[in-house]
Parts: sequence; C-alpha cells; structure tokens
Amino acid sequence: MKGNEALAEAAMRAGCKCFFGYPITPQTELAAYMAKRMQKNGGVFLQAESEIAAINMVLGAASTGVRAMTSSSSPGISLKSEGISYIAGSDLPCVIINVERGGPGLGGIQPSQADYWQATKGLGHGDFHLLVYAPASVQEMVDMVINAFDKADTYRMPAMILADGLLGQMMEPVTFPEVEPKVYDKSSWAADGHKGQREHHIINSLYLTPEALEKTVVDRFAKYDIIKEKETDAECYLTDDADIVVCAFGATARVVKSAVNEAREQGIKVGMFRPKTLWPFPVKEICKATESASKILSVEMSMGQMVDDIKLAINCSKPVEFFGRTGGVIPTPAEVLAKIKAMGGNN
Amino acid sequence: MAVVFERPKSLCDVPLHYCPGCTHGIVHRLVAEVMDEMGIEGNTVGVCPVGCSVMAYDYFGCDMIEAPHGRAPAVATGVKRTNPDKFVFTYQGDGDLAAIGTAETVHAATRGENIVVIFINNTIYGMTGGQMAPTTLPGQVTQTTPFGRNPELAGYPVRVCEMLSTLTGVALAQRVAVDSVPHVREAKKAIRKAFENQKEKKGFSIVEVLSTCPTNWGLTPTDALKRLRDEMIPYYPLGVYKDSVAGGND
Amino acid sequence: MNYNILLAGFGGQGVLFAGKLLAYCALISGKEISWLPSYGPEMRGGTCNCSVCISDEPIGSPLVTEPNVFVALNQPSFDKFIGKVKAGGKAFVDSTLVETKTDRTDIDCYYVPATQLETDNNLPKGANIILLGKVLEETGIFSDDTVRKALEKIVPPAKAFLIDNNLRAIGIGRAQ
Repeated sequence: MKGNEALAEAAMRAGCKCFFGYPITPQTELAAYMAKRMQKNGGVFLQAESEIAAINMVLGAASTGVRAMTSSSSPGISLKSEGISYIAGSDLPCVIINVERGGPGLGGIQPSQADYWQATKGLGHGDFHLLVYAPASVQEMVDMVINAFDKADTYRMPAMILADGLLGQMMEPVTFPEVEPKVYDKSSWAADGHKGQREHHIINSLYLTPEALEKTVVDRFAKYDIIKEKETDAECYLTDDADIVVCAFGATARVVKSAVNEAREQGIKVGMFRPKTLWPFPVKEICKATESASKILSVEMSMGQMVDDIKLAINCSKPVEFFGRTGGVIPTPAEVLAKIKAMGGNN
Repeated sequence: MAVVFERPKSLCDVPLHYCPGCTHGIVHRLVAEVMDEMGIEGNTVGVCPVGCSVMAYDYFGCDMIEAPHGRAPAVATGVKRTNPDKFVFTYQGDGDLAAIGTAETVHAATRGENIVVIFINNTIYGMTGGQMAPTTLPGQVTQTTPFGRNPELAGYPVRVCEMLSTLTGVALAQRVAVDSVPHVREAKKAIRKAFENQKEKKGFSIVEVLSTCPTNWGLTPTDALKRLRDEMIPYYPLGVYKDSVAGGND
Repeated sequence: MNYNILLAGFGGQGVLFAGKLLAYCALISGKEISWLPSYGPEMRGGTCNCSVCISDEPIGSPLVTEPNVFVALNQPSFDKFIGKVKAGGKAFVDSTLVETKTDRTDIDCYYVPATQLETDNNLPKGANIILLGKVLEETGIFSDDTVRKALEKIVPPAKAFLIDNNLRAIGIGRAQ
C-alpha cells in the first residue's frame, strides 16, 4: 500500500469522521483515497476551495468534538498556519498531515525535510506547540496516525504527521492493527448545541486582557511540560558501543541505516539515533544514546534544522556535524558513509 | 404586570460593548428573537467573525465559535457537514466577509452549504478605527481614503447580494436595513426566512443588513441613520436578489 | 535474497506496473519489500522510474541508486543508469528502443527486442512484461505460479482477461 493511502486508511480506522483537503503534490493520493472511502464509512469528505478553508473546516468540525483531519504538502501547510495557530489557541484536537516537498516558495515536488523548523517551532503566530510525529515507514505512518488522534484528544491540541514525498509515494506491506477508536468525553467543551441543558460553550482564542491571555498560555505550557516528560519516543540502532552516532528522522533514517550497516561491515563503530517525536524532542533518549559517542552527525534532507535541537539537547557537550541534501535531492547511503569516514569513523 | 418587552432568551444577560447608536445590537436582537421563536437556541452553533462583532460569542446564548478573520463560512461548513441536524449561522462584517473572506464566502455559497450568513454592511472597518471597507462608497472619507474613496485608485464597492445571486447554490440573497421600524421588521422576516430555509435544507441563505457606524462615520446616531437612508440604500438597493429552492447540500 | 531493482522508461510504458508486479510477488513470497516511484508533473510520456527492493532483511533506503537488477525500456533510461548498475549485476534492455550496447564487462546485459515481440505477438503494451519475463528467467526470483497470484491481486476483476495476456508475455520473455 502507498504511504499516502495508508495514512488515509489508518485515519478512518482511528475514527476520523471528516477530511477537508486541497490537492497538492505529493500528497494527493491521500485525499483521493478519502474521497473514495470516507462517505461509505459514514464520514465527510470535502475538497475545499483552499488550504486556508480546509484547515478552518477542520476547526469547525473539531469544535463540535468530531475527529477531524486535513493534509497537505509544504506550501499548503504554510497557508494552514493561521488556522493551526487558532486551533492551538482554542485547545482543539485535530490531525494535520504534511507530506513535505522542497522549498522555499513553490520549490519542487521531490521529498524534503525542510519544514522541520516550521513544524517544531514556527507553525503560526504565538506561543504554542503541536505534537509532531516523524514516521520512517509506511507501517509507522499507520501506527502514528492512530496514536496522533489519541494524543491530540488526550491533550486537546493539534498533532502533525511530518512525512515527506518519499514516504508518501512509497509502497510497502502494512498491517492495520485491530483497534477500536478510543472514545474521549468532550462534553465539557464541545460546541455542538447545548439543548437547553447546560451553559453555552464558546470555542475561542481571543483574550483582550493581557493577564487573561497570559494565563491561558502559561496553562498550556504547563501541559507541554507534562508532554515533554511523557510523550517522547525514539529508536536507537547500534548506539551502545558507537563512537559516532548518526541522527536522522523519517525517510532519511532509512538511508542512514543502510549506511550504518555498511559501516559496521567495515568495522566502523557507528550507530543511529532516530527521533520518532520531533516535538517533544527526545532529549533524555538522545543523551543516553550518545553516551559512548565522541561525535554526532545529523543527516537531514535540508540545510540542517534538527541539528540545532541536537546541540541543545546535549548542551553542546560533543561536536555535532551535519550532512544534508536539499531541494528534493535524497542523500545516498554512499554519501553518508563517506561523511562518517571523513569524521574519522574507523575501527 | 404584563410584560410587553423583554430580552430574547437567546441573548445572554450581559451588556454589549458596541458604541452608542451602533445597529449591531438591533441585529443581534433580531437573530436571537428568531432563535427564540423557532425554539432552536439549544440546537444552534453560531460562528463569529473578526471585527466589531468578534465578541458576539459572549452575547448569543447558543454555542459559539470564534473564527479566524474571514474564515467563518469555512468554519461553519466544518460544523454543518459533521452536524447536519444543527442550525449553523455566521455573523460577519463587510471586511470579514467581502475582503479577506471573499473566497470562503463565495465557495460556501456556490457549494450551497446549508447555513445562514448574517452580513453586516456598514461601509467601514469599525474595530480597527475606520478604514476603507470593500463596501465603502465612492467619495466616502475613511482613515485610509482621507480624500474620499477614489474608485480609480481604490476600486469600486462590492455589491455582495448581487454577486452571490448568480450562484446556483444560493437559496436566498436579500438586502435589508435597520434604519427604521418598517425596515427592522422586514429584516427580521428575512432572517427568519433564512433560518427556515436551513430547516428545510434549501441551501445557502445570506441576509445583508445595511447598518450604521456613528463613531467611525463621525455622525450622531440619528444622522447616521439618515446617511444610511440617503446614501447607502441608493447604492445598495434593498430587496430580494435571489429566492429559490437551490440544491441543498447536507 | 537481496534485490535492488530499478525499472526505467517513458511514462505509459508500464514501468510502475512492472515494479508493482514484482512487489506483489515478493509480498506473496513473504519477503521484505519496498516500491518507490519517481513522480513528476508529466502524467504520460515523461521519463519515469521505479525502485523495488526485495530482501530477507528489513529494507533500509528504499531508493535504488546502484541497482543489481536494472530494466531499461528506453534509450534515455539506458544512458542514464547503465553506468550505475552494481558490478556483478544484471541489466535487461528493450533492444527495439535502445540502439546502443554497453561496453561494461562486469555486468550481464540481456538485450530483448521486447517492443518488437509485443507487436509480433499481438500483446499491446506488453513490452514491459516481456522484459520482466526475461528478468524472472535469469534471476530465478519468482515462479510463474507466484506471478499468477500477484496478477490476480493487482488486476481489477473487470480486466481479468489481462491476466492471461500478461502470463503469455512472461512466457515469451522467458523464452528469449
């Protein structure tokens, strides 16, 4: 199954009741799959007039307590950023898919990871975060979408799957776990008609008194602290005795793993650290995984964005180098291996 | 003692923040009266704009959502599509609906979204302090048209009902005013009709209400009503621009 | 088993379909598998290629840059990738559309006039599968029985007659 289709199928199995989207390469199969299946599943599919409208339709649906989703690729996510900020400020749960492509501007349509900063730091105005998951296989796309809906509901905040064109277009075998969608009680806040039985609910992000606004943000950040404590996730591959730890997320981690395997065959002590959650960044995990390492390398499909978070996470206690390709160029295992060797990786 | 006049139940018992003489209060009341009469307050979700009526969520007794600037019709679409049994309305000003939110307005209309749009046209941006709106009349002085709106530089005003009346998905497009008692009664009837349309799944209904902004027009409330009558109505003629059974969409 | 397969040609030649057929064969055989298309703005006629990785181990990078099996359905693809085939690898070339031959001696290169055979045998759009038949024959990767099962999975019921056509094409390819 194609990555984009697997995302769609998994979302429906997770109880996603509506999808609002707008066509953009390389995520369009997702919307097409939803168009074919969503109505049969008793849900709503609607092609909006723009990315902006699509994210605001998600805002409306999520306000009533329904599991809602939208998807796009990099330029479209920029358009959605206004709505995402409002959704975060209104404490609404939803899932947003970004199948990244090269940028800036119209950029290209080949895979990229250059939206790392946007996803983890700058997705809209104001003080807020969203949960950001980075799958590295089609199977993980499935598992992470299901988890993302649950975490979004648990914490009443938007969650993003940060994938890329390679993962979206790739076909791999996949199994769908038999899960009953969890039911969350949203009756204390959902704006779905009070039926004369309760006070009216207001979904809102406007607070004209600075102290009132400050309190909502501070409260939200207290929630973020809990999330940072509980929700980090990462994969460590051959890091226990590694002299060099290569960090990579998403599709790039596949390339890195091939390079690490080849390096190991040549007797080079190298391992891989792969964050599965980009926000919250797995700080504890990376510190542990790099204990034995003398050097760290970040490999990304960008000019180097996650590399900053690695330095922060280890408090710049070790040298962190970078290798990346950007604009839609996918790094090869050979290039990564050459970089490992250039860093003095030998037996 | 017999009660002859009271607050509609669908309006909350809080003071409105609107300026003296502003007609938002009248339109709020009309919408609330319609909700009361139809007994739908508990089954309604309203969507607020950005602009003077941004805080209408504190005034209407039904559940309310505050949308990003211009996006109310998209938010309302999300609500209505997932809750087709609820009544959904947006309440938007001229900047929100006819400038930044034009795309959302036109596409919700052409899809025939089964929602009600209450459109307040007072030819000016109120909340930001009186700048040119898409509906500002030629020659009208605003902060950003200090020498009067010159269509050669700033373009011509948008006639929203006329524009939307060309779309198949629109069930009702009607322009009313709240400058006199007969007009207020007419406005109430139009709003009632819009909500009845939604009940009967007829599609998109928009009621454009010509309103005043004494503060930013620099006029007394009575002079503001006079301007509405003498200058706005000739440019924006009252009446029904479209009234048909459109292909409803829910 | 560790195959890194690259199939390349013009859009519309069935490059993606041939790759998909291999992927489903691998799936049925319980192998680890990835299928990755190149994608571009041209829906038809543009260059198109597809990476298929088949292995007993989990797939690392799904992007094939150094194939050990390379299938070339046109001249530009042949020119672009023939130099990248791993030493000891195999290349399969539609010699009706590719006029040149490689001078590499460290790979096995098979030249099959697939497009000509397609016409001769009245198998429209069958060149890709004829060439795939040759791949199956020379690598021994999958049996005809597996191919039939895979075809039954990916050919929609309304076009079931295509299954036999495809199997016939495979047979012609194998015999070359």
